[in-house]
Amino acid sequence: MATPLVVSEVFKSFTMHLRDGLKLAVVNDVNFSVASGECVVLGGPSGIGKSSILKMLYGNYAVDAGQILVAHRDRIVDVAAVDPRTVLDVRRHTMGYVSQFLRTVPRVSAIDVVAEPLLARGVDAGEARDKAAALLAGLNLPRELWNLPPATFSGGEQQRVNIARGFITDHRILLLDEPTASLDAANRKVVVSMIAAKKAEGVAMLGIFHDEEVREAVADRILDVSAFSPRKAVAA
Amino acid sequence: MNDTPLFKVSGVSKFYGQRIGCKDVSFDLWPGEVLAIVGESGSGKTTLLNCLSTRLMPTAGSVEYRMRDGQFRDLYHMSEAERRFLMRTDWGFVHQNPADGLRMTVSAGANVGERLMAIGDRHYGNIRATATDWLSRVEISTDRIDDQPRAFSGGMRQRLQIARNLVTGPRLVFMDEPTGGLDVSVQARLLDLVRGLVNDLGLSAIVVTHDLAVARLLSHRMMVMKDGYVIEQGLTDRVLDDPREPYTQLLVSSILQV
Amino acid sequence: MTELASYNFAYLDEQTKRMIRRAILKAIAIPGYQVPFASREMPMPYGWGTGGVQVTAAIIGPEDVLKVIDQGADDTTNAVSIRAFFQKVADVAVTTHTADATIIQTRHRIPERKLSEGQVLVYQVPIPEPLRFLEPRETETRKMHALEEYGLMHVKLYEDIARHGRISTTYAYPVKVAGRYVMDPSPTPKFDNPKMHMSEALQLFGAGREKRIYAVPPHTDVVSLDFEDHPFEIQRFEQSCALCAAHGVYLDEVVLDDKGGRMFVCSDTDNCEDRREHGHSGEMLAPSKEAAE
Repeated sequence: MATPLVVSEVFKSFTMHLRDGLKLAVVNDVNFSVASGECVVLGGPSGIGKSSILKMLYGNYAVDAGQILVAHRDRIVDVAAVDPRTVLDVRRHTMGYVSQFLRTVPRVSAIDVVAEPLLARGVDAGEARDKAAALLAGLNLPRELWNLPPATFSGGEQQRVNIARGFITDHRILLLDEPTASLDAANRKVVVSMIAAKKAEGVAMLGIFHDEEVREAVADRILDVSAFSPRKAVAA
Repeated sequence: MNDTPLFKVSGVSKFYGQRIGCKDVSFDLWPGEVLAIVGESGSGKTTLLNCLSTRLMPTAGSVEYRMRDGQFRDLYHMSEAERRFLMRTDWGFVHQNPADGLRMTVSAGANVGERLMAIGDRHYGNIRATATDWLSRVEISTDRIDDQPRAFSGGMRQRLQIARNLVTGPRLVFMDEPTGGLDVSVQARLLDLVRGLVNDLGLSAIVVTHDLAVARLLSHRMMVMKDGYVIEQGLTDRVLDDPREPYTQLLVSSILQV
Repeated sequence: MTELASYNFAYLDEQTKRMIRRAILKAIAIPGYQVPFASREMPMPYGWGTGGVQVTAAIIGPEDVLKVIDQGADDTTNAVSIRAFFQKVADVAVTTHTADATIIQTRHRIPERKLSEGQVLVYQVPIPEPLRFLEPRETETRKMHALEEYGLMHVKLYEDIARHGRISTTYAYPVKVAGRYVMDPSPTPKFDNPKMHMSEALQLFGAGREKRIYAVPPHTDVVSLDFEDHPFEIQRFEQSCALCAAHGVYLDEVVLDDKGGRMFVCSDTDNCEDRREHGHSGEMLAPSKEAAE
C-alpha cells in the first residue's frame, strides 16, 4: 500500500474536570496522509498540537471524532475506534514511536531495552541483541553502557537508546517526536542518515523536528499544524 | 492475534445487602493480556477480583473460562472440586500479604512444591529440582530452599508466593496489590520480575492495585473503579495520558512526581 | 457385682451404644472416613482412651474376651485400669493372650501375632485428623477429604526428607485406606503400618475428645504414603530381644543404669512371654540356642 497512514477529520479536545469542566480544543478537522517512503514533518509554533497529533496516532490520546486509518496486516484499522488489544498489535507490528524521553524500566539493560520490540515479535534473542548492538554502535553509545540500565544515563545517551529501540524493527510507520533534541551534531547526522535509510526501505514517517538543519535534511514536506488549530479559527 | 478470549466476564454484580460491592462489570481478557483494576479503597476492586477468581459468589452475572481443552466453562456452575483443581493448576492468586498465600511454617521448597504434589507428583528429587529452579527464577538464593518463609524479608516472601503460584504453569494469575506494603526499591525489583515472567510465560493477569505506576508498568489495559462501578477503561497509556472521567483525572493528577 | 447393679452393662446406656454402633457401621461402610459421634463423658480423663473405651463398650458382649494393651504391654497403668473397668462394668473375661482375645483395645501397638478373622482391634486415638498439623481449619480439612485433596500430606513428608534426608515420621504415619481416604493411625509406630494392610481383623478407631470414629474393615488395602524415590520403610532393629531373642519385632529400649547400660526388649509383652515359654531366650537370660548362633 502506498499510503499506510491516513488521518481524516480528526478533532481533539481536553475536558478539564478539575477546572470546572473547562474545555480545551486542541486540534480541529485534521486531515493528512503519509505515503510509503515519505517523511512528513509537523510544523508550527510550540503548543499548537504537534505532539498531541502523534499521541493520537499512537493511541495514547483518544480522539473526539474522525478516523486514523492504518494499513495493518493486510487490512485497514481505525486506531481511533478499535479495542486496546488491536492498538497494541498495531504498535507491535506496524507503527513505531520514538518519544522525546525514554521511559526506563528498573534493572533492564540498555541493550535489552533496544532489543525488546524484536523479542515481542518473536525474534530470536541472540539475533535481536546483535541487531541492538549494531544500532547502539552506530549511534556511538559507549560500549560500557550497553549492559547498564539507562535510568542513570545522560539525556543524550537515553535518547540514543530510545532511537535505537524505535529503529530496530521494520515497522511500516514511524512516529518521531523530536528524536534529535538532545543530540550533538555528529549524532544528529547519524539519525538523519538512519531516517534516510528508513525512507529508502519505504517506511512512512511522521515527525517533529525543532532543529532546522535536521528538518531540512529529512523532510519531504512540512505539514503546518496551525491549519488545524482552533485558535487560528478564532483569530481569523 | 489469537481471536479467542481466555476469560469472559459479563454483568458481574455483587451486593452486600443493599450496598453495592461491584455492579454490572463486563470484559474479555485475552491470552497474554494484563489487565489492571485501579481505584481507591472501597471502590469495589477487591470485591470484583474475588468474584472473578470465584473466591466470592457474585449476586448476578457470569464468568466463563476457556479450559485447556478449548471449551468454555461457566465458573459459577462448576463443581467445587473442578474449581479448586483449576485454582491450583491453571490459575494463580497472589495475595497482598504473602502470609495469606504461603504456608509460613513449612520450608520454601515445600511451599513451591505443594502444587506439584497436589497434582500427583510423587518423586521427591524432581519436586526439589523444580523448586530449586523456581527459587532462582524469582531470585531467591537456592541455599534458602529449606528455610521457612518466616525467616524471609517481605520482598522475598512475595517472590516466593509468586514462584509457588507459577510452578504449575498457570495461564491466568490474579494479583491483589502485589507490591503493597513493600519498600519502593523492593517494589521495583518485584515489578520488574513480574513483568519479565508475564512476558516470558505469556501469562494473562488481572492485577488489582491503587498504584497507577504499577498499572503503567505491568498492564496493557486498565479499568478504573469507583463506588462499585467501572467508570473508565481502555488502553493503559490512553487512560493515564488522556483520562476522560473526572475521577480518573483526579487520580492521575494526584500522582506524586519525584 | 451386685453393688454395681445400677450400671448398665458395659457402663454406657443402650441408646448411647446404639448411637455409637451406628457411627461404627457407617465408618465400616466408608473405610478411613472420620464419622462424627456424640462422645460421652467417661469416668476417666480425656487422653486416657475415652474414645477406645466407648467403642469397646458399644461392641462388647458377655461372651467376649478382652485384651487391653498400652504400648505393647498388658501390665501398664492405662491397660490395667481399662481392663479392670470392663471387668467391673461388663463382667467379661479378660486375657493377655492375643490369640484368645475377641476384642483387643490398644493405645499404640498392633500385636506381633497375626490377628485373625473375628477379632476386633480397637485403637485409642488422640488426634484423628491427619491434615491437622498443616491445616488448622476443620472446615478446610473436611473439604480436602471430600475432594480427595491430599497434596498436603506429601508436603509433610517432603519436609521430613528436606530436614533429615529421609522420611523421619516414625509414628502416626499417614496411610491411604481402600484407595480413597487418608487416615491417621495415630499414635501407632509406623512399624505396625504393614499389619493394617489386608488384616483379617476388624480395626476400629475411637477419638473421644475429638468425637470421631473411623474404621478399616477386614481385607482392606492400607497403603503408607511415600515418594517414588523415598519409599516407605519400617524401623529395623539391629538387636534382638534381650529376653526372648526375637528378631523383626518392635523393641523398647530400657535404660539399665546411668553408665550407658541398656537393653532392648519386646514391646509386645505377650508375644515375648509366649516365646520364652516355648524355650527361646535372649542374652539377658540363660544362654540359649539363638544366642549361641
